[in-house]
Amino acid sequence: MLEITDLNVYHGSSRTLKDFSLALNAGEVLCLLGRNGAGKTTALKSIMGLLPAQSGSIRLEGRELTSLRPYEVPKQGIGYVPQGRRLFSELTVQENLDIGLMTRKTGRDVLENALKLFPRLRERLGQVSGTLSGGEQQMLATARALCIDPSVILLDEPTEGLMPSMIATIRDVVLQLRDQGKAILLVEQRVDAVLSVADRVCFVENGKAHPALPVAALRDDPSLLERYVGVS
Amino acid sequence: MDLGPFLVLATLEGLLQAAVLTLIALGLSLVFGVMRIVNVAHGEFYMLGAVIAWFVASLLSLHPAVGFFLALVISPLLVGLVAYASERLILKRLKYDPEATIVATIGMLYVIQQVVLIGFGPDARPVEAPFYYRIRLPWFGYSAYNLFVMAAAVVLLIGCWYILTRTRLGLIMRATQFDSETAQAFGIPVDKVYGYVFAAGAMLAAVAAVLIVPIRQAHYLMGLDPLLLSFIVVIIGGLGSLRGTVVAALIIGLSDGIISVFFSPTLAKMLSTLLVALVLVFKPEGLFGAKAR
Repeated sequence: MLEITDLNVYHGSSRTLKDFSLALNAGEVLCLLGRNGAGKTTALKSIMGLLPAQSGSIRLEGRELTSLRPYEVPKQGIGYVPQGRRLFSELTVQENLDIGLMTRKTGRDVLENALKLFPRLRERLGQVSGTLSGGEQQMLATARALCIDPSVILLDEPTEGLMPSMIATIRDVVLQLRDQGKAILLVEQRVDAVLSVADRVCFVENGKAHPALPVAALRDDPSLLERYVGVS
Repeated sequence: MDLGPFLVLATLEGLLQAAVLTLIALGLSLVFGVMRIVNVAHGEFYMLGAVIAWFVASLLSLHPAVGFFLALVISPLLVGLVAYASERLILKRLKYDPEATIVATIGMLYVIQQVVLIGFGPDARPVEAPFYYRIRLPWFGYSAYNLFVMAAAVVLLIGCWYILTRTRLGLIMRATQFDSETAQAFGIPVDKVYGYVFAAGAMLAAVAAVLIVPIRQAHYLMGLDPLLLSFIVVIIGGLGSLRGTVVAALIIGLSDGIISVFFSPTLAKMLSTLLVALVLVFKPEGLFGAKAR
């Protein structure tokens, strides 16, 4: 569904993604794992066109994305939940969701589906989003991305700074979305969260993606985590 | 005349000043709020609006009212076009870098000013008001056109508020203002929004100029004072805040009107500058501005 081939991205003169390649299928959760600064967030931003690719290809169902302007990428059906949520904090919950709905001119039924996953947001529609709790903000960031009715969802550290109950909610939603056939590319630091939700994992090291492994490989060989993430 | 009538006259003059200033400052504030650039050429778009209004009103030789209302349409459109072209050709190429765009807009200020000097000349030129009617107050007569300018400014401000807070266009502009990168990740063409916002800011200044030119006359240096006052207003009100712009323009306009009548215009400017200094020291984000994120 989403195929990245030999992608090279630079920050100034520094090469942050080096011949980065991976393939993401419909109905699966692929998790990018790696140390801080390895290039995981850069990979997601590059897919969204927010960081221009120097060379290489990003294809969504055969359509090349690297030639598109950044604002055209989400219109192809890619939802992005950025690190730190990046809500429009002075807009209300409803207005944040409206921005998502405007992206591909999706209907109210898409909004209803998102609100079914996060019923708490329905009670907060008129509230300024910057005043929500951390967990509610993460729900809103995810719901906003779902409002574009994406076939691919990029989630950048969705459990960062959340309480365990909220982490469980986010995990359940990710699994539901996977079961609906969405392709999910997840950047996650919490190994327990990765083990409970991912189908495959891809280690990212110095801007390079290693071949993806089934998540069972992590359980079978814990030394992989020590080697690539620095935890045992 | 007693003190009371003087005060009424000074307040009316202050309100007129505030009405025009609000429109000009709102344009400046909008551009900074959404694009994060300081447009030093903003006063020249105001001047250009007045000069184009003079050309439209005088060259077409129509009834003053027809000429004025034609100018009210044509002048903002042409100024918007000039602003849009300068944004595409200059600011976009500088990638909206804050320092570079300040230097570039200073350059734009001089280019526009000198081009107008060459084409329009150094003289101040009047534009006829669309109507003459004096309202008889118990102490003096007051121009109904001045009241029309105030009313028009209020209508335009309500229109701006409605667009910004109640429409899809306003939502796009506010989203771009708060986080342009995330806005792009949700399909908002930030680059195009910047072009339109820069043009809209200049058009607001041009509308203000067309409204005031029957009272103040068109002149190639007329953009400098409003630029200074607009900066004072947006710093006090808070850059990017519509409410702050209106409140600060009322404070500055009224104090300028009243102090100028009772004391001197210089003292009015000194007090405005002192107020800016106090705001910068004690509330740098302005009275209604959001704290830096």
